[in-house]
Amino acid sequence: MSEDIKLIVNGKRIDGRAFDELRNIRIEAGVLKNADGSCYLEMGRNKIMAAVYGPRKVQPRHLADPVKAIVRYRYNMAPFSVEERKRPGPDRRSVEISKVSREALESIIMTELFPRSSIDIFVEVLQADAGSRTACLNAASVALVDAGIPMRGIITSVAVAKVDGHIVLDPVKEEDNFGEADIPFAFFIRNGKIESIALLQMDGKLTKNELIEAVKLAKKGVMEIYKLQREAIMKKYIVEDVE
Amino acid sequence: MNIITDVRKDYILSKIRDGERVDGRAFDEFRKIEIETGLIEKAEGSALVKLGNTQVIVGVKMQVGEPFPDSPDKGIIITNAELVPLASPIFEPGPPDENSIELARVVDRGIRESEAIDLSKLCIEEGKKVWIIFIDIHALDDDGNLLDASAIAAISALLNTRVPAERFGVGEDFPLPVRNLPVAVTSMIIEDKILVDPSKDEKSVSNSFITITTDVDDNIVSIQKSGSYLLKEEKFYEVLDISIEKAREIRELLKEV
Repeated sequence: MSEDIKLIVNGKRIDGRAFDELRNIRIEAGVLKNADGSCYLEMGRNKIMAAVYGPRKVQPRHLADPVKAIVRYRYNMAPFSVEERKRPGPDRRSVEISKVSREALESIIMTELFPRSSIDIFVEVLQADAGSRTACLNAASVALVDAGIPMRGIITSVAVAKVDGHIVLDPVKEEDNFGEADIPFAFFIRNGKIESIALLQMDGKLTKNELIEAVKLAKKGVMEIYKLQREAIMKKYIVEDVE
Repeated sequence: MNIITDVRKDYILSKIRDGERVDGRAFDEFRKIEIETGLIEKAEGSALVKLGNTQVIVGVKMQVGEPFPDSPDKGIIITNAELVPLASPIFEPGPPDENSIELARVVDRGIRESEAIDLSKLCIEEGKKVWIIFIDIHALDDDGNLLDASAIAAISALLNTRVPAERFGVGEDFPLPVRNLPVAVTSMIIEDKILVDPSKDEKSVSNSFITITTDVDDNIVSIQKSGSYLLKEEKFYEVLDISIEKAREIRELLKEV
């Protein structure tokens, strides 16, 4: 869109990464005392805190489902998480992100094991820098494991963008704002293998072939993130083992 | 739990397994689409779309206002959807819920990302005054796939819009500069089959949807996977092809608007 900003110079991206390179990711499981499961995650400059409560009694009660647990997901941005202060509370964007993220997780949580209960996932974006919904899902997945919620596998998420005609992995803010397309993905991974797509959105302009390339790149990215999610979970439980 | 509903669901499902749909359509067949424009004289543009028994009306209103700081020379699009209780026994009055927000945002993305409206032609005074386009989606009867009906109604209403410059004392009225025709195609995925334009009846057996919006050059401008389900990669590509093809057919109807 903007002509003045060059997002790709000499085959490198604005922050020096290669096209297929993720930002630095740091994941820590079990960081909150109150929550049944929690996770702190950094993905580039995104700083995310996720907490899981449940399975627990549904409040308000009329929402309870007699055959399975209900899953709730709240994506919330802190007012100080972005350049210009964000008005507190849910806006339309957050409501939509919460919906599609919940649906992604709902599809792998074994809700049938907990009728009349709720599994509540709260994710706070403390700092945002593009791809916050994907960072949040990665954190939520780890928090769910930390809470001991039975799942068919794990959800791992990453975005792909088209920037100056190139398909690139895990875009930063500038690439997202001035790029030609943004495609957040989440995959269902079971036994270390990508099984299917749990979340898929896209806006921008892409041909079918570019989209196929984007899927390929996203799959490469999530496998790397998946390893880090695993490590974070292992690390927490090994520590407990020693105690 | 309603027993009749369960029997009905079994019937719909068994039909699908046999490769049929309850209303006799082929899996890749849309219901009949009717478009009527200009029926609300007070609006700058309007369209009523019937997609089978689903009915939705879109009105476009325009106002002069301040541009966003990051696009001082461009008009603004604001899309809103109201799923009013008149349209379905399950819609409730009150602020928009996640479904109406999603609907409005997906329709908005199709229009925005296909650059259907030449927003640079809607600047009156750079940094100070631009046209704001309000696209309001009003559901009348939800018999399934309100989304595609809304997207067709939105672009039809925009094609029908005249910019009310005289009323605001900023020159002569002119037709809204529309230069692309985004078309949204929603499919339901069930039992490994892809059903385009799911009816309300069919939606009772599955909540696995994907909406793909394409432009005149078959570019993909928006995708929204909706519903808690897992989508196989191969299925996704299959849906993509079907959506591009179906959108072409619908676009022919839009060219007559």
